[in-house]
Amino acid sequence: MATMTYREALNEALREEMDRDPDVFLMGEEVAEYDGAYKVSKGLLDAFGDQRVVDSPISELGFAGLGVGAAMAGLRPVIEFMTFNFAYLALDQIINNASKLCYMSGGQFKVPITFRGPNGPALQLGAQHSQSCETYFLHAPGCKVVTPATPADAKGLLKASIRDDDPVAFMEGELLYNFKGEVPEEDDFVIPLGVADLKRVGSDVSIITHGKMVHVALQASGKLESEGIEAEVLDLRSVRPLDVDAILETVQKTNRVVYLEDSWPYAGTGAQVVSIIQEEAFDHLDAPVLRVTQADVPMPYAKNLEALAKPSVERVIESCKKVLYR
Amino acid sequence: MAKAKTNTSNGAKTKDVLASHGVTAKIALELMQEMLLYRRFEEKTEESYAIGKIGGFCHLHIGQEAGAAGVIKVLQPEDYAISAYRSHTQAIAKGISPKAVMAELYGRVGGVSGGKGGSMHVFGRDARFFGGHGIVGGQVPLATGIGWKIKYSGENLVCVCFMGDATVNQGGFHECLNMAAVWELPVIYVVENNEYGMGTSFDRVSKTEISTRAVPFDIPASSVNGQNVLSTFEHFRNLTEEVRAGGGPRLVELRTYRFRGHSMSDPVSGTYRSTEEVERHKEESDPIAILRDQLFAEGVLDQDTLEEMDATAKTIAAEAADFAEESPMPEPEALYENVWAETNAHGRLFFDGRRT
Repeated sequence: MATMTYREALNEALREEMDRDPDVFLMGEEVAEYDGAYKVSKGLLDAFGDQRVVDSPISELGFAGLGVGAAMAGLRPVIEFMTFNFAYLALDQIINNASKLCYMSGGQFKVPITFRGPNGPALQLGAQHSQSCETYFLHAPGCKVVTPATPADAKGLLKASIRDDDPVAFMEGELLYNFKGEVPEEDDFVIPLGVADLKRVGSDVSIITHGKMVHVALQASGKLESEGIEAEVLDLRSVRPLDVDAILETVQKTNRVVYLEDSWPYAGTGAQVVSIIQEEAFDHLDAPVLRVTQADVPMPYAKNLEALAKPSVERVIESCKKVLYR
Repeated sequence: MAKAKTNTSNGAKTKDVLASHGVTAKIALELMQEMLLYRRFEEKTEESYAIGKIGGFCHLHIGQEAGAAGVIKVLQPEDYAISAYRSHTQAIAKGISPKAVMAELYGRVGGVSGGKGGSMHVFGRDARFFGGHGIVGGQVPLATGIGWKIKYSGENLVCVCFMGDATVNQGGFHECLNMAAVWELPVIYVVENNEYGMGTSFDRVSKTEISTRAVPFDIPASSVNGQNVLSTFEHFRNLTEEVRAGGGPRLVELRTYRFRGHSMSDPVSGTYRSTEEVERHKEESDPIAILRDQLFAEGVLDQDTLEEMDATAKTIAAEAADFAEESPMPEPEALYENVWAETNAHGRLFFDGRRT
């Protein structure tokens, strides 16, 4: 195992996949000379040259679509959005083109493209730069959505995403880039999409979550432990494909579930997971499933309001106790 | 089409029209056969739509056939073409069989996309026809990406991107022209200016002419009479080789006119254009009539041969419709096929409770 930051793990994944496959290229704003707005692509320009590590103009719709066209024609683009907030400008290309081309063409065209970049609420960035964007990419069939929480997951899942023949929205945690963790040193460390990971084993309540919220869940479960409550933390890792078996397994084990996410509640990932649980594991539930989400408001700037809007350790603890009737 | 004239205002007065365009009689006759096919194919489409065999939005290319024939004729089979939703004829021109296109319009398994695309989404990977796109301007970034791929892989190819005139007011168009210019991509952006975006005339909503849209990006722009297939062919033959040789992108306005409504659900004329205007265009700028007059004057075509060629076109169109009619509807299982590129090894991809 090697200890490295989430940022370094992503960089390694890009480097290894670009080494491995000459059809892989990286395009986006500031990815080359500036080493990436979040330094994820540091050193890649020197390593691979300006044909494969490409600074784009600020034209999200244009360069996202360029990537889709290049993917249709046989390349394997990695398109970086400086943040996923800016991907909204490119939604027509992602939803109407990337996600539907395989279907509309009767399977003639695959679109092996990875859209990646930071996602999720950050610190005092206000309403437009601080939000979780998963739902927009999950809603239409045809796009996979991956949300790594740790350096190891970041590396293994990014490699899998780049190799995947479907479009993948690879959503990195904006506040996780400096987070350090152990990453296996094996030659070709790939984590398949669609396999959840039990980040903490517990028996009293299941906190199911994805992305950066895994860490909030772990903090909450640490505090719950001191009160004699053993929470299980299931990290979905990819929300489409979704590891339904792992969800049902933890429900059957603890019979009590809290879904934690930093997206808004309406049509969020949690809404889908709750629907699956009530349809497929109703008899295993000892309490209604609760969700802890971002407040149903645009992200405010003021520090105190921002803290109120985000899912907190305290709100998770409170919900866990509620489903335990404590 | 308009009756044959001994003299026309469309350049057929001189007997050396072929030589002046550098087009052989053989090529000119092929262009005639192709345009006749596109006309008869679209008329058959219209007929099938009227009796409910084809549904949805369906946009015909009648009146604009010279664009499909004259532009695509200059391409190599490996070159790429991509278009918007008025693309049946372009798909055929690029090499997809009329039968597979018609069956797609019918929503049958024999369709090029197995019936799942429809009129607006005709794709032919082998023919290098990359669709068939329903959102105005949505294909422009894709074409730019195809150009990127050509350059990335060092291929000696070009990509032709067809779009309607309204597309030049979409933001993505400008983003892509800029990128294509910066990276010198081998893309020919072809604006089929039929004067109307649906029912809104280009002039009413556009401050500047189409060719000026290339100026900010230092892309060479040109405008050609898109009703004169010889002019179109000649123009694109030269321009395509410049682009193939590494000359970077081009913007071409193809001045044309649509003889039918925006789609099958729309009137041919009405509040936005007069019947007289449409009739005048049909009389004066029918691309098939223009070529016919040119070839009659040149002495390489006579009425009997033309009628034989037209009969051939009608036969191919009728056979396409017969094929479509006989092709079965997709099996119910097809509903869930091709949503994803491959079967997923792990996890659930479908959430409707009917298929996991």
